[in-house]
Amino acid sequence: MKLETLTQVNAERAARRPVIVVTDVANGEQRLVKAKDIATDPLGGELAKQLRMGKSGMIESGGKKLFLNVYAPTARLVIVGAVHISQALAPLARSLDYDVTVVDPRTAFASPERFPDVPLIAEWPDVALPPLNIDHYTAFVALTHDPKIDDPALLHAFERDCFYIGALGSRKTHAKRAERLKAQGASDTDVARIHAPIGLSIGAVSPSEIAVAIMAEITAELRLPKETAKEQAA
Amino acid sequence: MLNRDEDILQAAENWQKAGHGVALATVVETWGSAPRPAGSSLVINDDGTFLGSVSGGCVEGAVVTEALDVIASGKPRMLEFGVADETAWNVGLSCGGTIRVFVEKVGQS
Repeated sequence: MKLETLTQVNAERAARRPVIVVTDVANGEQRLVKAKDIATDPLGGELAKQLRMGKSGMIESGGKKLFLNVYAPTARLVIVGAVHISQALAPLARSLDYDVTVVDPRTAFASPERFPDVPLIAEWPDVALPPLNIDHYTAFVALTHDPKIDDPALLHAFERDCFYIGALGSRKTHAKRAERLKAQGASDTDVARIHAPIGLSIGAVSPSEIAVAIMAEITAELRLPKETAKEQAA
Repeated sequence: MLNRDEDILQAAENWQKAGHGVALATVVETWGSAPRPAGSSLVINDDGTFLGSVSGGCVEGAVVTEALDVIASGKPRMLEFGVADETAWNVGLSCGGTIRVFVEKVGQS
């Protein structure tokens, strides 16, 4: 590997941008494909698929054996609301290799006793969220049921193009929320991105079961091709 | 890849810039119950110091030896380890899998 290639891989990783190194294993020839160039790459389809799965592997192309080494950023989960569901959701997400952060301005909720070993920020979203540098590789859930907290948080998630945005609440609650968000400048497309009611429909009752439904929905959004993910949600 | 051992690539860059000969060994194919998935890697410098893992400890010793040759020659090579391999008697994978490891020099032109 050329030093220049390695330096570029490290720079992209540091910036949390996906990158794939394509190696011809017969002779060691290598090239680097950045996320933004995948669509126009001759191997675009293969590269997109490997990246979506977050998996490295060998492919054959034009009589050559090529190794595709995928460097995808560690996915993150930002949970707004240090509520009962969050207590089950945070450890579950960590077991799935997400970096988890919990945000809730209410210090009685955001206490280390309730969330051992989870980074907690007891601040309002406008203070807590910008320093987190939330990006596309972030799943974002708003669980407080309190518009004063959830609404500004969701507006921030729209801006940062999170791959998954979910919010707790019934259809009725969500309809009201949609109106409020639009009144604050959110577009129809933004509002349509919110998964609400949150989580796959598996008849979840307990907080832990709801956490499973949420993580299942997030996993589908991360791993399934875009169209399939929409069908599942429908 | 939702793993957290990629900072070894930063170590590889740092070693190279500090004037070390450096090799990168990467699992490119696995069969059976291989201990580490494709994309797992090990970086080795010319002192024989290494970071990372391609097998969770089963074959690292052999990979380091080969990597020192690759640093010297500059030529990449493919290694294969597994129960079907004769080297299995020495450095086989106890779990019964097979892995192929691509070893390349960092900083090759």
